[in-house]
Amino acid sequence: MRIKAPATGEVERATRLRLYQLMVELRDFEQRAYELFLENLVRGTSHLALGQEAIGAGYGVAMRADDYTFCTYRGHNHTLARGASMGAALAELMGRGNGMLHGKGGSMHLTDVKHGAMGSYAIVGAHLPIAAGAAWSAQVRKSGQVAVCFFGDGTTNIGAFHEALNLAVVWKLPVVFVCENNLYMEYTPIEAVTAVKHPAADRASAYGLESILVDGNDADVMYDIARQTIGKARAGGGPSLVEALTYRHGGHSRADPAQYRPEAEVREWLARDPIKVYRRRLLEAGIGEAEIGDIEARAQQKVDAATEEARGGAPARVDEIERQIWSDGSATWRN
Amino acid sequence: MAELSYREAIAAGIAQEMARDPMVYFIGEDIGAAGGVFKATVGLFERFGPDRVRDTPISEQAIIGAAMGAAMTGLRPIAEIMFSDFLATCWDMIANQIAKTRYMTDGQVALPLVIRTANGGGTRFGAQHSQSLENWAMAVPGLKVVAPSNPADAKGLLAAAVRDPDPVLFFEQKSLYGVKGNVPDGEHVDTLGSAKVLRDGKDCTIVALAAMVPKAMQAAEQLASDGIQATVVDVRSLVPLDTRTILGEVVKTGRLFTVEENPRLCGWGAEIASLAADECFDDLDGPIVRITTPHVPLPAADVLEDAAMPSVERIVATVRKSMR
Repeated sequence: MRIKAPATGEVERATRLRLYQLMVELRDFEQRAYELFLENLVRGTSHLALGQEAIGAGYGVAMRADDYTFCTYRGHNHTLARGASMGAALAELMGRGNGMLHGKGGSMHLTDVKHGAMGSYAIVGAHLPIAAGAAWSAQVRKSGQVAVCFFGDGTTNIGAFHEALNLAVVWKLPVVFVCENNLYMEYTPIEAVTAVKHPAADRASAYGLESILVDGNDADVMYDIARQTIGKARAGGGPSLVEALTYRHGGHSRADPAQYRPEAEVREWLARDPIKVYRRRLLEAGIGEAEIGDIEARAQQKVDAATEEARGGAPARVDEIERQIWSDGSATWRN
Repeated sequence: MAELSYREAIAAGIAQEMARDPMVYFIGEDIGAAGGVFKATVGLFERFGPDRVRDTPISEQAIIGAAMGAAMTGLRPIAEIMFSDFLATCWDMIANQIAKTRYMTDGQVALPLVIRTANGGGTRFGAQHSQSLENWAMAVPGLKVVAPSNPADAKGLLAAAVRDPDPVLFFEQKSLYGVKGNVPDGEHVDTLGSAKVLRDGKDCTIVALAAMVPKAMQAAEQLASDGIQATVVDVRSLVPLDTRTILGEVVKTGRLFTVEENPRLCGWGAEIASLAADECFDDLDGPIVRITTPHVPLPAADVLEDAAMPSVERIVATVRKSMR
């Protein structure tokens, strides 16, 4: 088992600035979502990905505009990383009519098909076969598109994971499966309920795939592995399974204070915050404090503007209830 | 007109649509070189090749998930689930993902796909290979549900399902696979959501689906010799539901009987009975009566299975008793 070394120095300056900008935006968005929840403006549940930004950012920057992203209920960052509107996303969290899904999906289902964000799936494992299907479609249409599917460590123990991996390998599909191993399956340590130490990487050999374990808190590493795995898929080399080690700074969902995690572990991982790590690296690479500060200020402005847009929206429209079951826009089941 | 068996009509329907539209792909277990375990897909692999007619592993979640992912990105897949009982192994894909994604995304995604499956009893296969599950699908908003009773409908409704822009669960009644009937020559496309009146009678209306349709027709013949003239309606499509035709026939006769292969509780006939009670109450001359399998899994032995499922004799006896 190898943890790939950081690819420091190999990533271009402009790409690095883009990676940093995206991570900061994703961080600020999630923090704003949490603040709006404290204001009781975000209802229902939400599953924040604070601390896991490097994975979505690395892949988001490496993907082609027409590639497909499939993600989970912890998917705000993956959806936004494709260019989806922050304002529409926040409005959706707030149940507003100007929400991304007009209030019909909510936090766990953010989708923006025109940006390649093909959906956030809230039943663990379901989207792996669906991503394989999108890759199958790309393969037979010879479109050169790649499907990237993000999921958590807990997903590796559900049947759909194994069905999808096997089918993707047998059909040599252009799909990349990215396991975000944040060490906890909801409230339970993943190692306590899994037969192997590395829940995805140790299973790769069962499907004839290379075991790939990477530092999911290092944006350079994530960008590098994204380019490798997407490139392989696009070139007809078939699927990859990547396990990216990371840590969520908060609990599983807004109902979870995450008190089951040892303090030393939390401290250690907070020190490895992907944004802190990357900021330091940018400074070491000679990028000035002013330029970094400017990126941070712009991210904050973007989230502020998105918040205003969302707050300004009217409540979701009740006449949406019986719309868009069918392709004719209706919900009609009888004549 | 050519005489085809129900299974040949299914293969002809798939072939017609695959020849018409290069975006139609077909996947499932043993459907390719083997021609399907029910031989309902014979010749497709040879004609369309292994790219468009693809064998899958025994992975129902992968089959249905792949169909969904393909449908949302430009293909019009047909996926086969060998026995409808196996729908339970991929029900998340169907009920949570396929049925809801268009709605949850407020129409960002279209899912033009067909899930074909061999459904129903009468083959002595026992409780896990004999269920009639149309009502499972009917209970989930976002799924269209079709169950043809004869070869012509099998081909025409399958073609309509493939052309439909929304997901369709297509239930093929396995006891009907060998039944022969005339199928129109050339391109044949039917309409989803249209019931058919197969027999016109003034005394009562018998509403049936799939394998219960020929039984209802035989029962109507026998009842006629007793002086009871029964209308028989083939529902054909549960979603959309042709309530105009069905309730129109109920109003004409004043009596409604449903014949359902499914176990008693929450069968499709219960919804039709409810609609009739709501909307035709003043036109009813007697109680609505549902004829179903008892609320049990289907047993395997021939005598038990035959006694459990609605039979011609049970339909005749029930109608006669109720009409007395």
